[in-house]
Amino acid sequence: MGTYILRRILQMIPVVIGTTFLIYWMVFSLGDPTVGRCGERPCPESYVARLHEEYNLDKSLPEQYVRYMGKVLQGDLGTSFNGNAVIDQLATRWPVTIRLAVIAIIFEAVIGIAAGLLAGLRRRSFWDTLVFVTTLVIISIPSFVLGSVAQMVFGVRLGWFPVTATQGTWQQLLLPGLVLGSLSMAYVARLTRNSLSENLSADYVRTARAKGMSAGRVVGVHTFRNSLIPVVTFIGADFGALMGGAIVTERIFNIPGIGGYIYHSINTKDATAVVGTITLLVLVFLVMNLIVDLLYGALDPRIAHD
Amino acid sequence: MTDPNLLSNQTSGTASDDAVTAVAEHVTTPPARPNGDDARSLGRDAWEELRRRPGFWISATLIAIMLVMAIVPNLFTFFSPQPDPAYAQLANARQPPSAQAWFGFDGQGYDIYSRTIHGARASILVGVLTTIGTIIIGGTIGLLAGFYGGWLDSVLSRTGEIFWSIPLLLGGVLFMTSFPSDLGTPYMIVVGKVVLVLTVLGWPRIARIMRSAVLQVKPLDYVQAARALGATPLQIIAKHVLPNAFAPVIVVATIDLGAYIATEATLSFLGIGLQPPTISWGIAISDASGLGLLRSAPHMLLFPSLFLSITVLAFIMLGDVVRDAFDPKAR
Amino acid sequence: MRTLAKQNSTIVEPTGMDNWSPDHGHLLDVRNLNVEFRTRDGVAHAINGASFHLDRGESLAILGESGSGKSVTAQAIMGILDTPPGYVTGGEVFFRGVDLLKLPEDQRRRVRGQRIAMIFQDALSALNPVFTVGWQIAEMFRIHKGMNKSDAHSAAIKLMERVNIPAAAQRAGNFPHQFSGGMRQRVMIAMSIALDPEILIADEPTTALDVTVQAQIMELLKELQAETGMGLILITHDLGVVADVADRINVMYAGRIVESAGSRELYARPAHPYTEGLLDSIPRLDQTTGELSAIGGLPPNLTRIPAGCSFNPRCKYARDICRVDPEPPLVELGGGRSSACHFTHELLAGRLAPVAVLAENAVADPVPAAEEGINE
Repeated sequence: MGTYILRRILQMIPVVIGTTFLIYWMVFSLGDPTVGRCGERPCPESYVARLHEEYNLDKSLPEQYVRYMGKVLQGDLGTSFNGNAVIDQLATRWPVTIRLAVIAIIFEAVIGIAAGLLAGLRRRSFWDTLVFVTTLVIISIPSFVLGSVAQMVFGVRLGWFPVTATQGTWQQLLLPGLVLGSLSMAYVARLTRNSLSENLSADYVRTARAKGMSAGRVVGVHTFRNSLIPVVTFIGADFGALMGGAIVTERIFNIPGIGGYIYHSINTKDATAVVGTITLLVLVFLVMNLIVDLLYGALDPRIAHD
Repeated sequence: MTDPNLLSNQTSGTASDDAVTAVAEHVTTPPARPNGDDARSLGRDAWEELRRRPGFWISATLIAIMLVMAIVPNLFTFFSPQPDPAYAQLANARQPPSAQAWFGFDGQGYDIYSRTIHGARASILVGVLTTIGTIIIGGTIGLLAGFYGGWLDSVLSRTGEIFWSIPLLLGGVLFMTSFPSDLGTPYMIVVGKVVLVLTVLGWPRIARIMRSAVLQVKPLDYVQAARALGATPLQIIAKHVLPNAFAPVIVVATIDLGAYIATEATLSFLGIGLQPPTISWGIAISDASGLGLLRSAPHMLLFPSLFLSITVLAFIMLGDVVRDAFDPKAR
Repeated sequence: MRTLAKQNSTIVEPTGMDNWSPDHGHLLDVRNLNVEFRTRDGVAHAINGASFHLDRGESLAILGESGSGKSVTAQAIMGILDTPPGYVTGGEVFFRGVDLLKLPEDQRRRVRGQRIAMIFQDALSALNPVFTVGWQIAEMFRIHKGMNKSDAHSAAIKLMERVNIPAAAQRAGNFPHQFSGGMRQRVMIAMSIALDPEILIADEPTTALDVTVQAQIMELLKELQAETGMGLILITHDLGVVADVADRINVMYAGRIVESAGSRELYARPAHPYTEGLLDSIPRLDQTTGELSAIGGLPPNLTRIPAGCSFNPRCKYARDICRVDPEPPLVELGGGRSSACHFTHELLAGRLAPVAVLAENAVADPVPAAEEGINE
């Protein structure tokens, strides 16, 4: 297990460097870094000069990158043209987005797994078909459509939920969280169903039956754990999609979180904020993937003991 | 857009050879053999299977309609009350569906029916071009990595991992922020940028499938024999690898095509994908989703949403059906 | 889990089973068993009226090619057929005088694992990959006997020692994939004999193993049987494996028992052309001349079993009667032998001559290329 962890961490390093370098190169070298950073007007000379100095744009690309990463690792994600440090802006907003993500993950895990188990245990039944069709529809409706429609129906028409979530409280975030989690919920349901029905016909499940275990134990002990391994790792790895989705959800419901901040920054042409925030999210995403890999190793003995 | 099916393929490969599946397989289809002939007969079996599924015909019909709509939108609008999607009458703004405008008017007084029909082009164009791009790039890289192995494989696989590690939507936002389009940018450039970023982020999936298809085929005796007898890599690829990779690539590419359309619409919805005057479902939905409009003109949201969702649905459904048809175990 | 164990210990044993004594008949008596698989492409008749029996301390081999129904027979006895697509459509399976097929599931489960146990061909896939082998063996004691974790664990270690797994105490904490093939099969065996079953069914126990390991595993099974006096059913396609272990051999073809005989008699003089074909196809050291012959053709497709004797398309003695008449019944020949062939007596007497014109590659409506993919 120890060598497995070490190996995964070492494998992670080139990916982190590659990904961050790709982003840096695209933004600061491929494009014109002074475009779209100052709202509708071109950047003033003073800001361009500051930018050049801040990002060492007169130095070589590798040096620029190393210095940039040094800053990012110290928490400096850049300063917008209006003088706001991006990291400070994020500091006040992340709790809201975390709350939103928690609601989404609980929703996708609980409902998704439950639906998947229902379908997987009763293959080719009415429930299986129902879950299949429902998830197909949910996967097909882009989340911003789902969000807008949910807002219209449950917020505006029926009045069951607050229409917007401008304070970002748990209660306000319930509907947006469900919207955000719905796509992944559908994937979790399908994955659980497929994994369960595949495992149910595995040889070791037959062995468990031959050992005289009760039907409940055969499914509950000998099948669930194996079936849920890919599901757990999917939910963990899904974090990236959730962060992307948060931009959409927070825009629709006017939520003062990180996604809302990105959307606001896109609209006010504050590229510094967009780039800084997304770089951070990608890093968080990579760390999440690492954690998921380690978790996978812990759950499935075949991986870590190879 | 992480597809759990890939995950499930990686993690649960326990081949069960229990007697029951054996007997069941006995009377169904033989397992796939990556041999030209068998692959072809497997293809024929799959086609027989597909023909029997209503899902296949539904999705194929929907896709055909959307394709026609994208190529010749006028075919759908010349008989409608207002065929010109660029004609606006502010006085009509937000009027609900009627005989004068089947889908009603939008906030600027454009005819929604006409704009919804014309919106298909951008979505289909982005979806199809991105898919072609990912198949070409991902396919080539996957073949190279699998065939030559060694350090080239490591480098290419690592590179794929790097691109793979940037979530599609986040990468799209980042790219479009760095290379913004505005009112004056030509249509094909606007579309091209979206296609470019989605391709750059999407190819590793195809590359992975190609690579594993090569790795499956390479150690087989007759492929080794063919190599020993001096068959060129191109011949081996054409005869043994491509037939083996065909089904999984088609399935993933079709499902992804739907996902790319959804991502393009999402970027447009956020205001950084396609830009007006380009007509796009994403922009239309974005325009319709202001709170005031949700109350006063829900039809503005409804119609483009419906078309967008149905298009994505058609591709995902087609991918699902094709996968089931090629997978004897799922029958 | 504890409540479950408690429940188990209060369940009454299936009625009648305990009053049974060997005078009442065979320990296991399978009569006219029929199993079919209902698949989308038709009904596969996997077992078509198989009858046989097993006594205490006896070793019975069930021999046949892939698709002959031998593994399905074992699964039907155990009650672990996958339903759907598999259904038992007829027959009785008497164990200690009680028809298992008529028992309610909770009582049947009491028999499974405790009184009739089974080991499978591929121990790697038959053992659960996410639990340690110690845990998997101990589960038998915990669930069936209500033992606590640590007692069950030490009992599991004792069992592992009994099947000669070195350093059992340490290895109990390992996962199945950390063992070699032979050791894994020992783990399976340990698990199956945990509760001293009266019958052990071994489904191709050595097929996945190296030849040297095969011999060790067979040796172990023999020893254990001698110690415990359990009945052993060995399912195999390999005549070599059963030669010195089995007392009696049942040969299966297309879901039917076509010959049953003591193994010595069967080896000496087969009473069915199929058995003869099987024997001719193994190399023998004592035969210095003569060529090795394989049975031509493939086993029949179980959805379309040929009319007449199901072996007729591949049989070198086949006459018209074999193609036209109903399937010949299994006839007692005396001396504990029986065979299902119109020409048994002629064959035994050595008076049966092959029909001259036999299509070179007689194929009985063969199964397509899938054949190699089937492990049964």
